[in-house]
Amino acid sequence: MPVINETLGQYSELFMLLAAATYTVAFIAFAWDLAKSSKTLQAVDLKAAAAAAGAKVAVAAGRLGGPDAGGSDAGGPAGRAERPTSGLTVEGGTAAGDMKYAAERRVPARVAVALTVLGVAIHGAGVLTRALGAGRVPWGNMYEFLTTGAFVAVAVFLLALIRRDLRFLGTFVLGLAVIMLVAAAVAYWTPVGHLVPALQSYWLVIHVSIAVLASALFTLTFAMSALQLVQSYRQRTLAAGGADKLGFMRLVPNALSLENLSYRINTVAFVGWTFTLMFGAIWAEKAWGRFWGWDTKEVWTFVIWVVYAGYLHARATRGWTGTRAAWLSIVGYLCVIFNFTIVNQFFNGLHSYSGL
Amino acid sequence: MSEPVKAKKSAATSAAPAPKTPAPRTPAIDKAKSEAALPVLGPKDMLRWAWTQLTSMRTALFLLLLLAVAAVPGSLFPQRPANPSIVTQYIKDNPDYGKILDALQLYDVYSSAWFSAIYILLFVSLIGCVTPRAIAHYKAMRSQPPRTPKRLSRLPEYGTLVLPADAGIPASRAITDAAGLLKRRGYRVEVRDADGAMPNLGAERGFLKEVGNLVFHTSLIGVLVSVAAGGLFGYSGQRILVEGDTFVNTLVGYDQFTPGTNFQSSWLQPYSVQLDKFEVKFDRESPNKFGQPIDFTADVTTKDTPDAPARKQVLKVNEPVSLGGTSIYLTGNGYAPVVTVRDGSGNIAMQGPVVAKLQGDNYYSSVVIKVPDAKPEQLGFAGFFLPTAFVTEQGISFSGDPELINPQMSLNSYYGDLGLDKGVPQNVFELDVKDLKQLNGRDLEAGGITLAPGMTYTLPEGKGTISFDGVKRYVGVDIHHNPGQLYALIFGLLAVAGLVLSLYLNRRRVWVRTGTHDDGRTMVEYGLLARGEDHRLAGEAAALRELFSREWQIADQADAPTVSSSTSKDN
Ligand code: HEM
Repeated sequence: MPVINETLGQYSELFMLLAAATYTVAFIAFAWDLAKSSKTLQAVDLKAAAAAAGAKVAVAAGRLGGPDAGGSDAGGPAGRAERPTSGLTVEGGTAAGDMKYAAERRVPARVAVALTVLGVAIHGAGVLTRALGAGRVPWGNMYEFLTTGAFVAVAVFLLALIRRDLRFLGTFVLGLAVIMLVAAAVAYWTPVGHLVPALQSYWLVIHVSIAVLASALFTLTFAMSALQLVQSYRQRTLAAGGADKLGFMRLVPNALSLENLSYRINTVAFVGWTFTLMFGAIWAEKAWGRFWGWDTKEVWTFVIWVVYAGYLHARATRGWTGTRAAWLSIVGYLCVIFNFTIVNQFFNGLHSYSGL
Repeated sequence: MSEPVKAKKSAATSAAPAPKTPAPRTPAIDKAKSEAALPVLGPKDMLRWAWTQLTSMRTALFLLLLLAVAAVPGSLFPQRPANPSIVTQYIKDNPDYGKILDALQLYDVYSSAWFSAIYILLFVSLIGCVTPRAIAHYKAMRSQPPRTPKRLSRLPEYGTLVLPADAGIPASRAITDAAGLLKRRGYRVEVRDADGAMPNLGAERGFLKEVGNLVFHTSLIGVLVSVAAGGLFGYSGQRILVEGDTFVNTLVGYDQFTPGTNFQSSWLQPYSVQLDKFEVKFDRESPNKFGQPIDFTADVTTKDTPDAPARKQVLKVNEPVSLGGTSIYLTGNGYAPVVTVRDGSGNIAMQGPVVAKLQGDNYYSSVVIKVPDAKPEQLGFAGFFLPTAFVTEQGISFSGDPELINPQMSLNSYYGDLGLDKGVPQNVFELDVKDLKQLNGRDLEAGGITLAPGMTYTLPEGKGTISFDGVKRYVGVDIHHNPGQLYALIFGLLAVAGLVLSLYLNRRRVWVRTGTHDDGRTMVEYGLLARGEDHRLAGEAAALRELFSREWQIADQADAPTVSSSTSKDN
């Protein structure tokens, strides 16, 4: 049995607070970036419109018109996502579909990313000191699920930024991280402590870490699916000649690109969730003598799995791609949230480890 | 499912990808709707129509979502298989709707008619879906890549290369070179018209993608069958073991036994497990969890058969012991006070540990002692055991610590007919005092019995004595045999492997055509097509171009037309 080090535990809490504060500033920077860039983009658009009146409408209409529109359906089912673009950020009112970094510098966004990196480093120190203080993996109760989960979500976001310009998701991811850290500190605070015997197993390390990772990916795709719905509404409005009331969405890629990238992330997350379910079953067999017993937590893990299986099917079913698939991805994520919050706390079952 | 889906896909993957924005999608939906309308048909056609509907992709999606929804009530209402007593209580507590929920099978969701109907339909649909697909894929794997399209430039990825005349590579050699290169890259290749005017080849790879999909779906059936088999041929049982007790794996050895429908008790292997010692470690560090158990360790001696050599083993939570095809799990524990009861004539009527049932914090437990052998009248005791007894000012006793710091037993005593001789099974943890006369109790003149270890109490009216000799620990073990679970695991792993293949492999086709220009140069053109979603097709095109250039040692011709989508002619 490891010895509990409460001093380290207190340091950990301090780090968590500092991380939350840094994230808050980063969040503001991301929001500023959205506001500012959308203004800049609008100015570009206006200039272009002045140069060639009606050009914008033509492009917007062209994008819906089919293959001849050129450029705008990047990342379509035939896999055009890798197509080189001209480095132009604006395509008929949305950012580049391939989500590659454009040449132009966005200072607020850079500041925001730098702050996020700083925040994640502090946050990582918080998670690490918590683990050292308890002498075990830092995911044994709700407080730890939240703090470690927020860390993984931000880290996954930053890793994704290396390959793709997903900075338009920054406000969402950091906003969520701040909420998670605050909730952990306010509602779920638990001092460092030992694990109950039922949790003392290497399966805790495997099963929960994969679950947290998959959930972090689902978080990203949830945000993208939500944006996809808004963007496709906006694109429809624009195509119909309506006014652009959602200017900040200029920074966000077109709905189809969002759908395609979130599909790819969802496939990874789905494999992760499949492992979560299987490893959970193996662990249940070790701990309780049966690998599946429809315990409340097992029910919801299954429901989430089936919903995302439905999502993958939807992507291959005529009439179910696009908006409907996005809704399924959102419903799946709501189930993840429900499973974590309501089921953990209010449903009785064998998995009552919330530490409350 | 397959045809319309494929049609959609190849339409989408060939030259003109239909944008997925909602507006142009409406006609497709309308068409789907009109397809779904019920045509006027004879019974045979009706059946075929129903089968087509059942095995359609849309039905599969619908059934999947329905399954998700149908699983939810099982987490909202108590479930019989897990907790029969809570269900009974729930129905009692909710007289207005408790019975209605029962009629709707909401306490047995996962064996209910409606839940079963959904997953059986889903799996029928799955079989109806997988079988034709597997046949089609088997044929596709044995046939040659499709013929080379006339206009390769229409393909989503297209490029040309020019080999200078002095390189000395004729069209026929260029095509065999390309064929070799593609073969090394894992493509299945067919060269056509190799020595003709327009040598060309068709190549295809990624057949494993579809295999993965089929393996995934088939394995799901395997998982389902394994789970069902486990339920039919397995069993589970429970037993309480006090330190020193031995369990022998026969029917009578169990306190509770739940066999699967097809289980034969003759399958039980007569191994034995003796509990030597049981230790619990309590948390003495965290202020808010002080006194919570943090480690349970049971030392056991096991024998595979009555004559086999004894083995020392350790049983812990999360670390079951495997014996004779079963697994033994540590699921409960508590204290067992050891008592000696003498009857009115001074004979020992009962001696040994009494399992105390956990009731509250810090091992506050209830004790029931039944002494049917006491003469002239049977004796019964009921009360509490506290490992560390405290009494509040109001006279309420509680346990202040889980460890045996100040163990104490408080009992009431009764005499009369315990009712054990009638052959009606009784709960050992409950004493039915209806037909008994009370001897001791807080409200009686004689008062209650309070005993610490080593003490003896003499019952009123010369009914006998009771001594508290000491305290032992006991464990509750669950014993399970599930012949299906290994297969469920194997199918589960197969399913994941299939899933990964299916999601991350890409099915691609490549065509190459070569020709000789009038001035002696050799012209090479190639095109790529993906089946299904493939975001890396452009990457593959670039990689192939690179390989071709290296093969023929030509500097990459940046100005030669390479087209990475349908944009070429228009821009
Ligand atoms: C037990 C219920 C089912 C589950 C959990 C399930 C799950 C999945 C998953 C996760 C995928 C995506 C991965 C892959 O492509 O292999 C998938 C794909 C697919 N499923 Fe299912 N499925 C089920 C039943 C069915 C049924 C009944 C059908 C036929 C009607 C079907 C037809 C397909 C097809 C055609 C694909 C490939 C889609 C594509 O080409 O992208 N599935 N399924």
